[in-house]
Amino acid sequence: MLANYLPILIFLFVSLGLGCMLFVIGYFLGPNRPDSEKESPYECGFAAFEDARMQFDVRYYLVAILFIIFDLEIAFLFPWAVALESIGMAGFWAMMIFLGVLVVGFIYEWRRGALEWE
Amino acid sequence: MFEFIRNNLLSPFVGSLFPASIEVQALYTLDALIKIIVILIPVLLGVAYLTYAERKIIGYIQVRIGPNRVGPLGLLQPIADALKLTFKEIIIPSGANKKLFIIAPILSLAPSLAAWAVIPFNDVAVLADINAGLLYILALTSLAVYGIIIAGWASNSKYAFIGSMRAVAQIIAYEIAMGFALVGVLIAAGSLNLGDIVRAQDGSLLHWFWLPLWPLFIVFFLAGVAETNRAPFDVSEGESEIVAGFHVEYGGMAFSIFFMAEYANMMLISILTAIMFCGGWLSPFQGVPFLGEPSIIWLLMKTSFFLFLFLWFRATFPRYRYDQIMRLGWKVFIPITIVWLVVVSVLVVAQIPPWFD
Repeated sequence: MLANYLPILIFLFVSLGLGCMLFVIGYFLGPNRPDSEKESPYECGFAAFEDARMQFDVRYYLVAILFIIFDLEIAFLFPWAVALESIGMAGFWAMMIFLGVLVVGFIYEWRRGALEWE
Repeated sequence: MFEFIRNNLLSPFVGSLFPASIEVQALYTLDALIKIIVILIPVLLGVAYLTYAERKIIGYIQVRIGPNRVGPLGLLQPIADALKLTFKEIIIPSGANKKLFIIAPILSLAPSLAAWAVIPFNDVAVLADINAGLLYILALTSLAVYGIIIAGWASNSKYAFIGSMRAVAQIIAYEIAMGFALVGVLIAAGSLNLGDIVRAQDGSLLHWFWLPLWPLFIVFFLAGVAETNRAPFDVSEGESEIVAGFHVEYGGMAFSIFFMAEYANMMLISILTAIMFCGGWLSPFQGVPFLGEPSIIWLLMKTSFFLFLFLWFRATFPRYRYDQIMRLGWKVFIPITIVWLVVVSVLVVAQIPPWFD
């Protein structure tokens, strides 16, 4: 059974190796003549006037937190969905209650404005 | 070369995964390697000619003729492009974090290729016929985020940073809608195995999941367009505002690795849509002699159609504003998918024919 996963492992190594190989080929076949102008960060021709690792909007962070919550829900839904035909009505209603709780949380987020981007 | 790989790299894993004599292991590994190459070469050629098809199709949509200089009908254009990119300098900016800067493109290419390991091409042709196929796909498409955010961070450039922040927030927002759509397919098929999902759609055109899962089908495909950062959701690259987004500092082969990853992801989304919602290798004329035979050609035709949609969207729609993208993802797609999950599970529990009896 586990042997079915072996080709996947090999495939992962092959695709990582392909990426590395392409990079190395490009590195050795291309010219390599760096100068300070070329290596400076691209900013439409101006000299960079502050560090690029600047402050960013907290909403990106909020989206990441919401993502974790919802992705976890999906992780819970996966085994339930596969087993739905064999767990009967009890399993069905248990997940409906769970989804109900999720939807209440979702409505709360929505009403609090966590999903607004204006 | 092969001996070296087997003895030094794979044997710790192979031995624990696959208890057998070393010769059997070696044969099995060699067999897998050959199959991997048989899958990878068409995928990479597909990537090359998808760029050609994109330029040609968008050209005709815009009443131009597209590339027509290199070879007959411009057919050698992708090869010329690849050669040119190979001989261009890879610039590593002085302010960049060098290790991460080099790792990022590799990390974005590897998952978009490795996901092809579980794709079934017909009833028997699949590299790894695993039970957790869909879970593996979900895991690998999620990994694509790392390549982008590492590229944006490591470049130490404002455009790259802004582009990667936008791309990552957008990808994870649509990841949720996509995950819910996958759960809908799971409920309908009752299996995580992609081959079993296609077999569950056996019957006729109307048995395919596009009909009972219609909203999930639309959401999955559009979320796929957003996941790959394609137009009209391409604010992360937005060439008219932030130049090229997260890969602005990459040149030559490093850039083309990102490019290949994006196109391989487009092909992956298209083939997954064909497999999960449009019957995979099943024929739309099931029951008709000859035309009704299941074949890989049907799968490729369906995949090509969805790829064409990607290009058609790009030529037709103007770019969404970022707040519109977020509104579509969170306030439209997620409610639709949650409602339809409930509907599908009711259909399955009530065993509604013709799909779930």
